[in-house]
Amino acid sequence: MSCSAIYILDVKGKVLISRNYRGDIDMSVIDKFMPLLMEKEEEGLLTPIIQTVDCTFAYIKTNNLYLVSTTKKNANIALVFVFLHKLVQVMAEYFKELEEESIRDNFVVIYELLDELLDFGYPQTTDSKILQEYITQEGHKLEIQPRIPVAVTNAVSWRSEGIKYRKNEVFLDVIESVNLLANSNGNVLRSEIVGAIKMRVYLSGMPELRLGLNDKVLFESTGRGKSKSVELEDVKFHQCVRLSRFEIDRTISFIPPDGEFELMSYRLNTHVKPLIWIESVIERHAHSRVEYMIKAKSQFKRRSTANNVEIVIPVPHDADSPKFKTTIGTVKYAPEQNSVNWTIKSFPGGKEYLMRAHFGLPSVECEDSEGKPPIQVKFEIPYFTTSGIQVRYLKIIEKSGYQALPWVRYITQNGDYQLRTN
Amino acid sequence: MTDSKYFTTTKKGEIFELKSELNNDKKEKKKEAVKKVIASMTVGKDVSALFPDVVNCMQTDNLELKKLVYLYLMNYAKSQPDMAIMAVNTFVKELPSSQLAKDCEDPNPLIRALAVRTMGCIRVDKITEYLCEPLRKCLKDEDPYVRKTAAVCVAKLYDISSGLVEDQGFLEQLKELLSDSNPMVVANAVAALSEINESTPNGQPLVELSTNTINKLLTALNECTEWGQVFILDSLSNYSPRDDREAQSICERITPRLAHANAAVVLSAVKVLIKMMEILAGDTEFCNTMSKKLAPPLVTLLSSEPEVQYVALRNINLIVQKKPDILKHEMKVFFVKYNDPIYVKLEKLDIMIRLASQVNIAQVLSELKEYATEVDVDFVRKAVRAIGRCAIKVEPSAERCVATLLDLIQTKVNYVVQEAIVVIKDIFRKYPNKYESIISTLCENLDTLDEPEARASMVWIIGEYAERIDNADELLDSFLEGFADENAQVQLQLLTAVVKLFLKRPQHTQGLVQHVLSLATQDSDNPDLRDRGFIYWRLLSTDPAAAKEVVLADKPLISEETDLLEPTLLDELICHISSLASVYHKPPTAFVEGRSAGIRKTLPARQGSEEASAPEATVIPNQESLIGDLLSMDLGAPAAPVSAPIVAPTSNVDLLGGGLDILLGGAPDINSAAAVAPSTTGLLGDIFGLSAAPAMYTPPKVCWLPADKGKGLEIHGTFSRRAGQISMDMTLTNKAMQAMSGFAVQFNKNSFGIAPASPMNVPVLQPGQSLEYSLTLNTAGPVQRMEPLTTLQVAIKNNVDVFYYACQMPIQVLFTEDGTLDKRVFLTTWRDIPSANEVQYTVNDIKGNTDAVSSKMTLSNIFTIAKRNVEGQDMLYQSLKLTNNIWVLLELKLQPGVSTATLSLKSRSVEVAPYVFQAYDSILKN
Repeated sequence: MSCSAIYILDVKGKVLISRNYRGDIDMSVIDKFMPLLMEKEEEGLLTPIIQTVDCTFAYIKTNNLYLVSTTKKNANIALVFVFLHKLVQVMAEYFKELEEESIRDNFVVIYELLDELLDFGYPQTTDSKILQEYITQEGHKLEIQPRIPVAVTNAVSWRSEGIKYRKNEVFLDVIESVNLLANSNGNVLRSEIVGAIKMRVYLSGMPELRLGLNDKVLFESTGRGKSKSVELEDVKFHQCVRLSRFEIDRTISFIPPDGEFELMSYRLNTHVKPLIWIESVIERHAHSRVEYMIKAKSQFKRRSTANNVEIVIPVPHDADSPKFKTTIGTVKYAPEQNSVNWTIKSFPGGKEYLMRAHFGLPSVECEDSEGKPPIQVKFEIPYFTTSGIQVRYLKIIEKSGYQALPWVRYITQNGDYQLRTN
Repeated sequence: MTDSKYFTTTKKGEIFELKSELNNDKKEKKKEAVKKVIASMTVGKDVSALFPDVVNCMQTDNLELKKLVYLYLMNYAKSQPDMAIMAVNTFVKELPSSQLAKDCEDPNPLIRALAVRTMGCIRVDKITEYLCEPLRKCLKDEDPYVRKTAAVCVAKLYDISSGLVEDQGFLEQLKELLSDSNPMVVANAVAALSEINESTPNGQPLVELSTNTINKLLTALNECTEWGQVFILDSLSNYSPRDDREAQSICERITPRLAHANAAVVLSAVKVLIKMMEILAGDTEFCNTMSKKLAPPLVTLLSSEPEVQYVALRNINLIVQKKPDILKHEMKVFFVKYNDPIYVKLEKLDIMIRLASQVNIAQVLSELKEYATEVDVDFVRKAVRAIGRCAIKVEPSAERCVATLLDLIQTKVNYVVQEAIVVIKDIFRKYPNKYESIISTLCENLDTLDEPEARASMVWIIGEYAERIDNADELLDSFLEGFADENAQVQLQLLTAVVKLFLKRPQHTQGLVQHVLSLATQDSDNPDLRDRGFIYWRLLSTDPAAAKEVVLADKPLISEETDLLEPTLLDELICHISSLASVYHKPPTAFVEGRSAGIRKTLPARQGSEEASAPEATVIPNQESLIGDLLSMDLGAPAAPVSAPIVAPTSNVDLLGGGLDILLGGAPDINSAAAVAPSTTGLLGDIFGLSAAPAMYTPPKVCWLPADKGKGLEIHGTFSRRAGQISMDMTLTNKAMQAMSGFAVQFNKNSFGIAPASPMNVPVLQPGQSLEYSLTLNTAGPVQRMEPLTTLQVAIKNNVDVFYYACQMPIQVLFTEDGTLDKRVFLTTWRDIPSANEVQYTVNDIKGNTDAVSSKMTLSNIFTIAKRNVEGQDMLYQSLKLTNNIWVLLELKLQPGVSTATLSLKSRSVEVAPYVFQAYDSILKN
């Protein structure tokens, strides 16, 4: 069902720290991990799960560290991976950056955390805000013994009681990321929006919040079908949201954690025009040169503006002597990523810009063929959501009856935005 | 200040130094020393020698120090069991277990929990004695944090000493915790119970969940942490609800979990829901609603971290096989992104093929072609294979797929070409006589093939189509030069291919066949190769005609879906969604040792639902073993029994002797000249559109050979069966200006071995004259599976020319007179045939009552075995037998006054079903 042990390894496979939870697998099996990983990589059979006679390794890689879990049983492997990612998140919240150095610097706390996060291989409390109340880096300075926060076993396991703010405020960010995949002849293969509502909550006590959106299902069920609404295809909520309540009447009600968190995410397929469209003409003259003609078009409303637009155009790794010409923005050759990056600080809607690039190619061709990486686009459009989602209200009720102000911001940005070239 | 300084002491007398520091009176010094010990332990140094000194520090108020000492204790108690026990024995009054027990009563719940948690982790038998009392208390502790820790501790104890847990009544206490007021305690108790249930010695769960507990769990589900939700959902997936109502209510209460941000919660919820849907399969509406709700969360899983995506994709692969409807519209989300990790790319490809259908095939193919030009070799190979699989799966796309493969072959990228050739071999097998025109292109790439599978495939193609490749002998000869260096599968394939070539074109290939036979039988160490060589040799020398029958026998058709999981395994794996088993696609018993594998899970039996009516594809082994499959196919008997050879065996034993003359003067190759065949659909419409009512229903004559194709000869015809004798009834008309004579007829090999029983004996046909001729047929001819099954290709010769046409036999002429089954035999046979072989059909426009129907059918050799009246419906149980001994069992459900009837058919050769249905249609409507 669960992990037998957790290891954190450096990039060479040396164990930095480990914790044995079940004692059913010899801890030295980890010595086989790195050689096996190399072998699988060589064979092109690399998967995040490696099976051996003694056990199964499941691992993730982050910042040049491997987090490895072992098991001998038919473990719930989805749980293991989600947990490993959560582990990274908790440690990052504790030590800012999870890396080799921060592990050595904090090994005592890490042992304490590993003890609290998992018991016998079963994940327990993983909310770092709550953990920080009784597992602290300055533990040795405290004279009084720490107590378990009530939240650990409470139904509301993500918020402690007795939080106080002089000014009660809530910030809501509605962030929509546009994922796009277009093929080389200009057809959009996939276009979807992954939205997220992120909150920063500075509220005293145990406030009850209710969020109102222009959700199509809700509008239709309450007879407001004609108003402008958005059909959310799949919604995922932070654990604080009462899911059964949402299932019944689409009400989003919750007691929020303190501080910053992601309240919900949603996904919807769009049929809108790609916000920024790129047309590319690439002429390769083998052994001599390659020429690029890139046209960028903004296809959103004129009154909106995209900021920090960056168009990343892949070029062959053996290209040399770059030459650029453009009407706007700056163009830089980034040989370390084999790309040309065209940045436009401010790109208003309904405009079209052009950039030309020219590279020399060596006369001797390189042996291994290169892939055809897609053109990628990064951008941010403030005060705008592609889906048209709107926060209609955020009701805040606390028994002390204070007034709190919600602030809402909208922003649309690129997600996985790829346009294939030919 | 950081902890890294603790790692830096590497002086010589380190252990000694640490020892004295540990025994220092100052608390601060002591703690520093313990930290140094733990640091050494972390980097893998053996500090077990300090055991008594470290354990001595246990008596402290400092929580941090206490935790470190406990950690040390857990680490070394196991690896140094003797010392641990010694420590226990020597300091039994104080250390360590009694201190632990004392800590279990500490006023601070954090320390109580810590103590009970640690005790469970000291996996030394002797310590368990000290554990029972404190554990019992902690399970009843007032603080939920302690109770939830104690719950897990029961599972730990069970792992060390299962007897103790049962004897001491901990199971009962654990069960009580399922009703605890705190959701976290409930969740951990469930986790502990599931673990214990899975590891019982006899594999039987110790604690069964009751409806009551299920309700409590469902309530706790809304309140506990995300992880607790996973524990609860996983244990719910082992529960079998009492009735449909309960199943439905569980579904309703679990569905909201699909909106949880944690992917593990979502997948576990999916597992429970799919299991419940299986129970509720009868309620189509409910299942459809559920299916709709399942799709979006599954798609969203593809936006999670790559490792989670991988697990999700492996599971989706199972779900798509079990419930193809759920994701049938979601093809696009499985398109591969440039920056996906390779393991995600490969899994996405697999699912794309599973979802490929006529609707989306264009998109899929253009994607696959794009992938085939990428750089990652493994991915490219799989993409090329995927194109081949699409061709086999989605018939109308075959031509496009072949064209795409040809384009790819033109790229001359070595591994692409090889992969393409391997899949083209499969396409040839699926669609015989359709795409052979590309063989020449394939042959151009012969020299570049260096992988055994590709070489073997190419050799197979050459052998199979030896008659169409002019220089087949030269090509094969070139392979023989390096015979000894070839891989075994290529050697086997070469042997077979050369023998095929010899049987097809014996003129100039005798040297070649002798050469390969001697290579195989005399120079090889491989027993398989030698055996096969000897078999061929004997066959060729004793009975060349039989050799032809065997070696050139028809291969069973390749099935549509490759590597489908076997249904029972699939059902088992569905019960293990989100676990390792679902990723490996293997049952837990295959990789978990001993008892902890748990009992075998399977989906509950469906209630009130009819078996799926869609015929399931037969499972054939995956790509890797396909070539092996092909190899063995040559010797295996085809689906229909091999009938007697056309030519009587000669006694001439000389390998190169006169017996082969027969081969040389073989029949005209009808195969390649079937172009005149009229479209089959129109033909069938004609056959069944008109009515006539003879004793046994004979369809009216249709035009087989129009005068303009037959140089003036026009043939109309039909088939009939009279007194067990099949005949082909023809009307021959001469519309030419000259007399026709010298008529002869020959049939191509066909599915049922139909052949003329006597030569055609037609007098001279004068211009303008028309005459009726009935050709008696038998079923002793050579068998080759045709598509459609009832196709018969005919060659008619006269003094003018040879004409070819294809016609469809109504299958009822093949129903034999001895097609009755004993009632009991009928019943057992019906039960023995797997439900996958059951097909249903609705017959419309039935005339007459049940008895009339029954007697009408008997005239056509469809025999009614039994008749039953169930709830106002007449059920007729019928059987029939085809000339090639295929039995077909049927159940006809008639309602008086209603002209439609439901027909269920079961047969071991279910492919005859559509034709039988046609027969029913035509018989019952006339």
